[in-house]
Amino acid sequence: MRFEDEPVPGYPLPILPGHTSPGRLERVLRAGAFAVTTELAPPDSADPDEVYARARVFDGYVDAINATDGSGANCHMSSLAVCALLTRIGYAPVMQISCRDKNRIAIQGDVLGGAAMGVCNMLCLTGDGVQAGDHPQAKPVFDLDCVSLLEIARTLRDEHKFQSGRKISFAPRVFLGAAENPSALPHEWRARRLAKKIAAGAQFIQTQYCYDLGILRAFMRQVEDLGLEGKVFILAGVGPLRSAKTADWMRKNVPGMHVPDALIERLAGAKDQAREGREICVELIQQAREIPGIHGVHVMAYRQEESVAEIVDRSGVLRGRVPWYPARDANQSINRTTT
Amino acid sequence: MYAIRQWSVRHARGLNAFYRGFEALLTRFHRVFAAIGYERVERPVAFVEKHVKGLLFDCKMCGQCVLSSTGMSCPMNCPKTLRNGPCGGVRANGHCEVKPEMKCVWVEAYRGSGRIPGGIEAMTQTQFAVDQRQQGRSSWLRVVREKSGVK
Repeated sequence: MRFEDEPVPGYPLPILPGHTSPGRLERVLRAGAFAVTTELAPPDSADPDEVYARARVFDGYVDAINATDGSGANCHMSSLAVCALLTRIGYAPVMQISCRDKNRIAIQGDVLGGAAMGVCNMLCLTGDGVQAGDHPQAKPVFDLDCVSLLEIARTLRDEHKFQSGRKISFAPRVFLGAAENPSALPHEWRARRLAKKIAAGAQFIQTQYCYDLGILRAFMRQVEDLGLEGKVFILAGVGPLRSAKTADWMRKNVPGMHVPDALIERLAGAKDQAREGREICVELIQQAREIPGIHGVHVMAYRQEESVAEIVDRSGVLRGRVPWYPARDANQSINRTTT
Repeated sequence: MYAIRQWSVRHARGLNAFYRGFEALLTRFHRVFAAIGYERVERPVAFVEKHVKGLLFDCKMCGQCVLSSTGMSCPMNCPKTLRNGPCGGVRANGHCEVKPEMKCVWVEAYRGSGRIPGGIEAMTQTQFAVDQRQQGRSSWLRVVREKSGVK
């Protein structure tokens, strides 16, 4: 998809009617395209080039890049800084905000600061507990939870004021997102929780890994039953599994992660397990696209980021579309076949 | 105590009905509280509330009680103090991501809410972020003051 006014780094795009942000992710979704987002693991480093190198591997295949905020409660470069670096050269980051490490004073400051740096998408998360990460001795903050965070971010944007009621002079123009995990208990409650997030301000949802599409379909039926369709854009979370062993480890140790036995057996029986993992991911993307109410995929490939381009390409979900990246329009030789 | 806390969730319906009656009774004492002065009754009432609710719910005295909207499962016992439902980390056996030996406070809340008439609907109401200044203060008195139109 090519817009006539593609970004000049440092200069924001105009906001289209009915949009809340000038960002490309909102434009792609509202234009009805199947969106692809991915996740960048911020480096354990102060070198900006490491951020750029990690972003470059997605060039031409993703509409937005999530910058995680201390994911798994591990220390890395901050999501705000990663986003600021990415927007400098025109990328469309999704700034993840976790409630674990900051109170409402710091978080509201980051929302303003991120928007000032050109961040158009913000994902409001509760965050993993500190026990999961490399600093279990840290103090967990959790002054807000993801729903109250959404509410506060929406108030900043729509009512131009802090939670305290104090006015701000220029509102952050952002597209607000939240996460949801259809696989976690209580299943019957998950769609209602989604409704709460939508009411609080969520405009898009990136789900946790969905390896069991039966669960995702059941969740989407509940979403429909609650009349939430059309009120939110839902991106299904997918990702390549490296091997049967890692898949088994992940489902035992990563909270809220559900991998069906059949998938693990299929991986175990393959000659090249990593390749089979990517193949499964391609199939999941293709099947997710067919589920009513799914507007895109969020491809999370931790430590396999270089495989995202191939996976997205093989899935064919972009239908020949080349998402913007810094050198795209200088590189006219790209000629992808439409599927 | 964990066992008593679980008993309370199992008896959410009865406890909720009891609280409704208790709240109505307490509200009648508004004039008495006002005559003595709300600030002067704050400490003794908070003391009683802390021990009664501490026993029944492992109450953390956040001062903004939402037990009626959480099936009598206190959300402040969630290690992330979530006030709006479970996080995505609930384990397959319904236990907590952070404290694997404990049942998820919100899985319990969902169970308890199912026992209270209108409980599930109450759970879908957005709870705003807690006011940290209310920590340690009596929720009962706050409700009475609000119902009686006193700030």
